[in-house]
Amino acid sequence: MARVAFTRHLLRFFPDLAEGQVEGSTVAEVVAALDGQHPGLARYLCEDRGGLRKHVNVFVDGELVRDRAELTDAVGPTSELFIVQALSGG
Amino acid sequence: MLVATRKGLLRFDADLELEAADFQGIPVSRAVEVQGEVFAALDHGHWGQKLHRLRGEEWTELEAPKFPEGIEASVDYLWEIADGRVPGRLWIGTNPGALFRSDDAGDTWVLCQSLWDHPSRGDWFGGGRDTPGIHSICVDPRDPERIWVGISCGGVFESTDGGASWEVRTEGLRADFLPDPSAAIGQDPHRVLQSEADPDVFWQQNHCGIWRSGDACRSWHEVSEAFGFGLAIHPEDADTAWFVPAISDEERRAVDGAMCVRVTRDGGRSFEELREGLPQALCYDLVYRHALAIRGRTLAIGSTTGNLWISQEEGATWRALCHHLPPIYSVDFRRR
Repeated sequence: MARVAFTRHLLRFFPDLAEGQVEGSTVAEVVAALDGQHPGLARYLCEDRGGLRKHVNVFVDGELVRDRAELTDAVGPTSELFIVQALSGG
Repeated sequence: MLVATRKGLLRFDADLELEAADFQGIPVSRAVEVQGEVFAALDHGHWGQKLHRLRGEEWTELEAPKFPEGIEASVDYLWEIADGRVPGRLWIGTNPGALFRSDDAGDTWVLCQSLWDHPSRGDWFGGGRDTPGIHSICVDPRDPERIWVGISCGGVFESTDGGASWEVRTEGLRADFLPDPSAAIGQDPHRVLQSEADPDVFWQQNHCGIWRSGDACRSWHEVSEAFGFGLAIHPEDADTAWFVPAISDEERRAVDGAMCVRVTRDGGRSFEELREGLPQALCYDLVYRHALAIRGRTLAIGSTTGNLWISQEEGATWRALCHHLPPIYSVDFRRR
């Protein structure tokens, strides 16, 4: 199972969110699994049509995901995912 | 009173004392009370558009309106929330210009497909935002199936069948920014409100002036060229309405650097300027379309500079409740 870490900003909306192991062989599957554990989380990360929100980034083993629309980037059993928001002002 | 700002929602009690500060740091695009519950639309920079409901003293995040499968669009902004005047029914207007309906107090939302598919949609365009948006929703107090919406930029549309079909209601409006200023589609009604006292009377603060309709939007009559956004109608007198003039388009600031509210008490034949208690120099405040509200004889104004002014005598004198709030997007009085 992949290990997933989050920006602390998401804790405000999902106080139980914690770094941990999640099933999934693609980013989309990981996001779906996370949404099962924390209902509504996918809507924070993804647009209505399913693609990553403009100011949300996901790194898999240190690399930014390439497919932001369908989230098909592969996730390995020992992968480490990091879900962050872009920095913005004001 | 509900004051939606760029940094959260402020709730004031009936004595205008601060009661609660919710969603600190998060932009709140609109907050209204509908059927005894408060609905707040949040505009997260990162996490999208969210809708929250206050029931009693507990906030719940609801599933925000979204487009059904097959429509390649996403909700960019929740701009207006309106009472459907049927128990549990609400309407929400969004960017891009879409109307959503809930019949279960906001738990679930359905797109008003007929307005989304309206043949005029190709001629709608954004005004201030990249996409057209629905900012005004009037539901007839006599018949909840009769609905008017204001779209910037698109115009005013009416449904007499609960949203199943829509007719353009822009007869008499003028849009100087269009090749044909009298074109039916592409008008920019900044704010459209229906009189509670006489529901056939509508007022409109438009990009190009102030218009009044006495026949439920079938025709509009210009009463002033003043630019602005906010509008309030006296709850007991359809001929009395307040406006906040601004310098148009290129500058968007208070006229002559002074804050002024204009009131007409004769259906637009004449206007009086109300300035007592408002700053008359070095004033850059702009009042957005949802940031002028009335309840009884009390008026409230919220500005982009973070001033929150109150008048408890229909605008004759004003006092600042606060001078240094975040930019204010919306002000609404609670009914209690």
